[in-house]
Amino acid sequence: MAEKKIIDGRGSFCPGPLMELIGVLKMSQIGDELEVLSNDKGSAKDIPEWVHKVGHEHVSTTEEAGVWHITVRKSK
Amino acid sequence: MAAQKICVVVVSGTRERLQMAAMAASVAAVSGIEVTIFLSMNAVPHFIKGAPGNAPSEGAFGDLLVTKKAPDFKTLFRQAVELGDAKILPCSMALDIAGIDTDTLEPFVGEPTGLTAFLNAAADAQVWTF
Repeated sequence: MAEKKIIDGRGSFCPGPLMELIGVLKMSQIGDELEVLSNDKGSAKDIPEWVHKVGHEHVSTTEEAGVWHITVRKSK
Repeated sequence: MAAQKICVVVVSGTRERLQMAAMAASVAAVSGIEVTIFLSMNAVPHFIKGAPGNAPSEGAFGDLLVTKKAPDFKTLFRQAVELGDAKILPCSMALDIAGIDTDTLEPFVGEPTGLTAFLNAAADAQVWTF
């Protein structure tokens, strides 16, 4: 059964949140959703770019009180 | 189509250059690009086991990297290897001149490599120098 995981990358800068996401992705199952929390604007743009490049699914990006919530589904 | 290849040559021991090299290498490595990092000159001592990674700054931005708690360059280089299968190869000449034994280097650093082997690896790659 697919899981949802939260990765708290707040306080880190590019590419820290991306690398944290990748570390968790490697240990996840296909279909799992990972939500990265980041207050780094660069990561909010760069993570979806990476997700498209390598073939996972970018589910959504939202911003709330200076924190971006970037949700990714593992696709392969 | 052949896999994209990048060789990152790191000779500087300053924080900004080590940081930029580590950022580029780590993101490339986790993006499906074959990455080889060749360490030489002033970069090498930072990769001795337990070296704190407190490289001197070239300017104000290097200090900001510390105060803002940007991911440190040694962590990013390690992640390039662990998450992206990058290879980090220390220059055999630099190790000889500095008297650094291979066993004293961080475990994510590979075997000492000479220029002939490096040039072979770089022959069909983009080469970025820091």
